[in-house]
Amino acid sequence: MRDQAGESTDCGCSGDCADSGESLARREFLRGATTVVLGGLSLSYLSVAAADINSDGQSQDGTDGSAAQETGSPVTESPAGNPPEGDILFGFLVDTGTCIGTGKCLSACRTENDVPEGNSRTWVERYVHFKDGRLQVDLVPETGYAGSGLPLIDPDEVDRSYFVPKLCNHCEDAPCTQVCPVHASFTSPEGVELVDPNRCIGCAYCVQACPYGARFINPETSSADKCTWCYHRIMRGEKPACVEACPVDARVFGRLDDPRSEINKRLAKVPASVLKEHLGTHPKLHYLGLSGDVT
Amino acid sequence: MEFVFPNDSHIPWSIMIVLYPYITGLVAGAFVVSALYHVFNQQVFRPVAKLALVTALCFCSCATLPLLLHLHHPLRAFNIMFTPNVRSAMAGFGFIYSLYMLLLIVEVWLVFRPDIVERAKSHTGATGFLYRVLALGDREITPGARTLDEWFIRALAIAGIPAACVLHGYVGFLFGAIKANPWWSTALMPVIFLVSAVVSGIAALLVLYLVLSRWRRVVPDAECVRALTRCLWISLVLAVSLELLEMIHMAYESGAEWHVISSLLSEKLSVSYGVIQLLLGSICPFVLLLIAMQRRIRPAVANILGGTAAVLTLVQVFAMRWNVVVGGQLFSKSFRGFVEYSVPVGGREGLVAVVIVLALPLGVLWVAAKLLPLWQHEESSDTEMVSS
Repeated sequence: MRDQAGESTDCGCSGDCADSGESLARREFLRGATTVVLGGLSLSYLSVAAADINSDGQSQDGTDGSAAQETGSPVTESPAGNPPEGDILFGFLVDTGTCIGTGKCLSACRTENDVPEGNSRTWVERYVHFKDGRLQVDLVPETGYAGSGLPLIDPDEVDRSYFVPKLCNHCEDAPCTQVCPVHASFTSPEGVELVDPNRCIGCAYCVQACPYGARFINPETSSADKCTWCYHRIMRGEKPACVEACPVDARVFGRLDDPRSEINKRLAKVPASVLKEHLGTHPKLHYLGLSGDVT
Repeated sequence: MEFVFPNDSHIPWSIMIVLYPYITGLVAGAFVVSALYHVFNQQVFRPVAKLALVTALCFCSCATLPLLLHLHHPLRAFNIMFTPNVRSAMAGFGFIYSLYMLLLIVEVWLVFRPDIVERAKSHTGATGFLYRVLALGDREITPGARTLDEWFIRALAIAGIPAACVLHGYVGFLFGAIKANPWWSTALMPVIFLVSAVVSGIAALLVLYLVLSRWRRVVPDAECVRALTRCLWISLVLAVSLELLEMIHMAYESGAEWHVISSLLSEKLSVSYGVIQLLLGSICPFVLLLIAMQRRIRPAVANILGGTAAVLTLVQVFAMRWNVVVGGQLFSKSFRGFVEYSVPVGGREGLVAVVIVLALPLGVLWVAAKLLPLWQHEESSDTEMVSS
């Protein structure tokens, strides 16, 4: 196609041959080519919007949609022009027993989403229970502990310790979305809580309403900001950046509506829990091995 | 123990969100006093009835200013009315505020209509033109028209009482409905805000009346001052009782988050809550007002005691707003650590802006007092010049 287009531009003719049969043929060709290109772009756009999941959760190559999500199938392998028609429900699982606090998820999130310094879309808490009964809670540095300069803890003094990654809970009954006065906070059809920064008035009511401290006012956009589960990635069939960066699969993302998905398989093995369950927000972020000390 | 969520390191609602309920509270309280005269025919409030109404309008006209200074996208403020989320409590603000503002404007216009029309006829030049504009083309007032005006004033005053309650009770609801925050999340919050609004409105009116009387070199009406003092004392007792009831309830219940709230009260809010709100702002005016209410106290002494108590009460209500709004953000949602907040001097949400926002309604009141006869009733009553 590029060669033919090249021929038309390289013919060297002027406006004198505008009415010639050759010019008409070229014009028809260009019209057709434009239609094909625009059509192709539209289809690829639709495929981006639909990710690689069709209405019944099947991708074009015959694998189930959740597997496509979890293996990060590129958009080009998705069924072009088949936007999802059925209900899709994404979920997130954090295995606190697996997390080793590398901090790789944190830097991956900041890089992927241009999160300004001083705020976080995700963080990892370290809980250290000492033998004398003390509990120390602090944050895992984004660069990891190696070279962070943080004082070392004597392992002999520690009774038990664990890491708890935190991010937006994407609640089914999200108080942040409820209180937004202008619909800037909304729920996507896939159950992802999102913010439209161009609609947000910056009242910060959602920041107050979130029980998990997951929201903040982005100093660069002056709008509310939060974890989107990397919506731009998951709708392309990729994993959220933090999930992809985790070396030990402590973070699992997938479809809650698909019983064969990895997240459901892991949820089926061990009873999971959610944060601040008593508030009735019904988070779609589940935890395995969550200690009662975690708030 | 000190662990703060990374996004909780600074508070999202600054002193401007303290000012907003403070100003709307003054509006609601001042309106209640004017309603006592217009609806319940409490003639004792006649000397301050017009002042109360105009004060409510002046403060209401500036009530959105702290919100606009706080909003990160102030130019999108009207989206709250253009694309409201009906599930959001905050979305009601634009409509409730507009309705109440409209009600106040119409009522003030009706109350002062005879004066406006009279001045439109008697004044010439730019002043006369201004009054002719304010008269909206009406040049004559018949007794029948005035009777109709009186009926509408009473109707608006009646409608204004629930409107004032909604305007300010709603502000309390904004906080009380946040289940993420144990310091805010209580059904008592709208009631506490409403009653403290009445407290601040009466106190502001008492201070204004005493100061303006002094400025105009007239003796304030002793009965009116005593009645205001009595109303202030009753509403203060009610407000402080509710505030204490809420805290005692939390302490007695000792829920999961009580440990952080008790630390908040004993450490972070020890001065603003314990010293200013309770001791200086509640107990002191309680005693002073109790003395000022006594009939055997000379009016001049009652004025000093009542005025001092009213100023302290205004401080109490401001401290209460501060302790609720700022106090509720001083602990992290981790419930394991606290955040620091100090008001900057400059900037949109700094001290200078605070002074301007608080002074502006008084400036508007000064202009209103130039345009409208706030003290006309005194022409027929006994006044005497202050010897000093």
